Amino acid sequence: MNGPMNRESQLREGNIRIPSGCAISGMFSRNGRRMSGETIVKAMTVMHDRSNGLGGGFAGYGIYPEYKDAYAFHVFYDNREAKEACEAFLEEHFDIVNLSKIPIRKNPRITDEPLIWRYFVIPLPTKLADFQLGEREFVARCVIRINTHIDGAYVFSSGKNMGVFKAVGYPEDVGDFYRLEEYSGYCWTAHGRYPTNTPGWWGGAHPFAMLDYSVVHNGEISSYDANRRFIEMFGYSCTLQTDTEVMTYVIDFLHRREGLTMEEVAHVIAAPFWSTIATKPEAERKKATYLRDVYASLLFTGPFSILVGFEGGMMALNDRLKLRSMVVGEKGDMFYVASEESALRLMEPNPDRIWAPRGGEPVIVTLNGKGGEGHAVAD
Amino acid sequence: MPSPIDYIYPEYEVVRNEGLCIGCRVCERQCANGVHRFDEKSGKLTIDSSLCVDCQRCVAYCPTHALKVVKSDNTFKENANWPGSLVGEIYRQASSGGMLLSSMGNPRDYPSYFDRMLINASQVTNPSIDPLREPMETRVFLGSKPSGIRRGPDGQILTERPPRLTLSTPILFSGMSYGSISYNAHAALAKAAQTLGIYYNTGEGGLHEDFYPYGENTIVQVASGRFGVHIGYLMAGAAIEIKMGQGAKPGIGGHLPGAKVFGDVSKTRMIPAGTDAISPAPHHDIYSIEDLRQLVFSLKEATGYTKPVIVKIAAVHNVAAIASGVARSGADILALDGFRGGTGAAPTRIRDNVGIPLELALAAVDTRLREEGIRGNVSIIAGGSIRSSADVVKALALGADAVYIGTAALLALGCHLCRSCQAGKCNWGIATQRPELVSRLDPEEGTKRLVNLVTAWTREIKEMMGGMGINSIEALIGNRLMLRGIGLSETELKILGIRHAGE
Repeated sequence: MNGPMNRESQLREGNIRIPSGCAISGMFSRNGRRMSGETIVKAMTVMHDRSNGLGGGFAGYGIYPEYKDAYAFHVFYDNREAKEACEAFLEEHFDIVNLSKIPIRKNPRITDEPLIWRYFVIPLPTKLADFQLGEREFVARCVIRINTHIDGAYVFSSGKNMGVFKAVGYPEDVGDFYRLEEYSGYCWTAHGRYPTNTPGWWGGAHPFAMLDYSVVHNGEISSYDANRRFIEMFGYSCTLQTDTEVMTYVIDFLHRREGLTMEEVAHVIAAPFWSTIATKPEAERKKATYLRDVYASLLFTGPFSILVGFEGGMMALNDRLKLRSMVVGEKGDMFYVASEESALRLMEPNPDRIWAPRGGEPVIVTLNGKGGEGHAVAD
Repeated sequence: MPSPIDYIYPEYEVVRNEGLCIGCRVCERQCANGVHRFDEKSGKLTIDSSLCVDCQRCVAYCPTHALKVVKSDNTFKENANWPGSLVGEIYRQASSGGMLLSSMGNPRDYPSYFDRMLINASQVTNPSIDPLREPMETRVFLGSKPSGIRRGPDGQILTERPPRLTLSTPILFSGMSYGSISYNAHAALAKAAQTLGIYYNTGEGGLHEDFYPYGENTIVQVASGRFGVHIGYLMAGAAIEIKMGQGAKPGIGGHLPGAKVFGDVSKTRMIPAGTDAISPAPHHDIYSIEDLRQLVFSLKEATGYTKPVIVKIAAVHNVAAIASGVARSGADILALDGFRGGTGAAPTRIRDNVGIPLELALAAVDTRLREEGIRGNVSIIAGGSIRSSADVVKALALGADAVYIGTAALLALGCHLCRSCQAGKCNWGIATQRPELVSRLDPEEGTKRLVNLVTAWTREIKEMMGGMGINSIEALIGNRLMLRGIGLSETELKILGIRHAGE
């Protein structure tokens, strides 16, 4: 018989690299209709066996319309000292528009919760001027600063009008714990985790987020250290040693800082094979070659299916060989993604269309009228 | 008269099995060192082992396998502090007053870090990939990366890139000059590079006019003697390499004896026949890093910014800082040469005692360039005893974009590592200019053997990549999590940036 493990003595995410299998799902209303979190929580229940109770989480977009111009920081604290230190830092750098505990409902299967707080913050103009940074870069650096320098404080969500909710537990219990049925958003993503180790810390659960980018991921990328060592040249610090963390930073770097479109981002991280590129017309060939060469170290190899949430859009993407299951479907203005069709059909029993995107081919959906990323790209 | 003190019993003895020998005299014809002689009086073949360099030529060519070369059992009185080799070298120097000369790479028993690193493989959580069924990509670009995306008025990405090299597999043949090695060896390297879609390197000896057609697969070298350098030469190659140092002899120059400088060698080097070709220790126009920058840009100006410039340095103690300077010099590619790297001739004491292992230098350089955020300024080629495909995989995982192979390429051509290149009597037709010896190396066969070697290694690299679940080489480069150390100290692990096996 196995003895109980001592939580205190267990290594945290970041002290050890833990491979995981997983379940993911997502739903998106192109018309920007706000839907409660109930459906996405329900979708995860049929994929119960793809998780093992050691991590679940959700990201909702459009959930904070009343504070849509403020960055919503969701923070885990190990203790009061960490909270005091973090709040002192926040006060020094931001105007705190609102702060509160994140409301929870006690659930017998969710235990050992940290202190969970939410802050709506706006960068202080004087600080922005001092640092000579754009607003988003400033916020990103503040988040990295807190997470790497304030012991016991961890900002796990930092975008505008969006939020991440995660815990150690099964996804359906996590949804219940955070009372997600009380939030409504135009986009939801979800994750159930099957780590091969016992992480005792909530920060390691997914989604992983930076600014408005959130990533849920099923897989294990074999390129991890090549990606990590490259992205850390640009001020990111991969403290958790998880694939999802590095993927989020890479997507943030390529999309926000390098100005690539999401489709171009997909062509970097799940680049087409040279044999495929060779068959393309010249302009496309040149562009694909350029992206593969310039961002060679940001190619992800190994199995993955990811859902990237971003302001006004969502991208579903598989690795180049499609080594993880992922299906997508449409019904009216709705777009759905899930690791398994059963979960998709729980969200929408009669989709107009359902298909399995090919490896490396992104499916991107955006709010109607948003433009920029263009229409949903199917196939 | 030499003093009897100086007599040293041969280190290796040639042994003939008289029962198998048929007296065909092949050994006599094959040995340029004169070990085997036919004695007319007795009608027998005689052996003078003192002339033998153990190149195995006679052994390989004896039709009845009647010959072998064995280590001599004559021995000085055993002394752990004074091995026989050192005692013998002292006698030689006391007799001659000269520096000891050696060739090929440092043979001494220093630790090989490649042999103390192990490679990862996928199990369960992540599938391995079968290269026979799935694409397995080994294409590598070498050159500086453009910084940031620029778009045209139509919003499309401008796809112009700085000049670069494109390799089908991350292996290049390292610089070996025409003069130090033969015309036929160069021909084989050039043709193999072309067939394989990789590059060979002229070394500092100019480019024979016959090999200009292979220019697209040629790296032309500019070293401290500037031998053979003219605008046609610079324009002929795909890239230009400034050789600042060599792993086998950091800090010193080169010397091709006048005896090897005749005919095409003198013409290609652009120096009179019979003169010693002496490459100075430093470049006399480079006394500091800012001077290097001037040479880099002089070469770029001369070639209209169409060729990437490689700067090759030897792995020495302060290599990371030096590399950082090179990465800011305008160079596109940095070539690092470790202390095990080969040479056609070097002072023995320097070859065996100066410089540091490639693995440590490479890890330190890659780490430093990343810490400074300038790793994208340059690609890294690692050389200095890459002995197998496993070494290639390990070097790439430590951070190299590609590797140079020199010794391994010569072995493919028939070199048996007798380490006597400086004598110019290479029985295998490689490190010699004697026409009758050069003709022993068939360029066509040599090409085939080089192509076979690189193809075999590439297959093995793909298998190892597939095992790791990696299907494109760029995901291996700098991926140190794929390595674990075995039997290494904390300090060694820290420098290599890897964990110990079991961690």
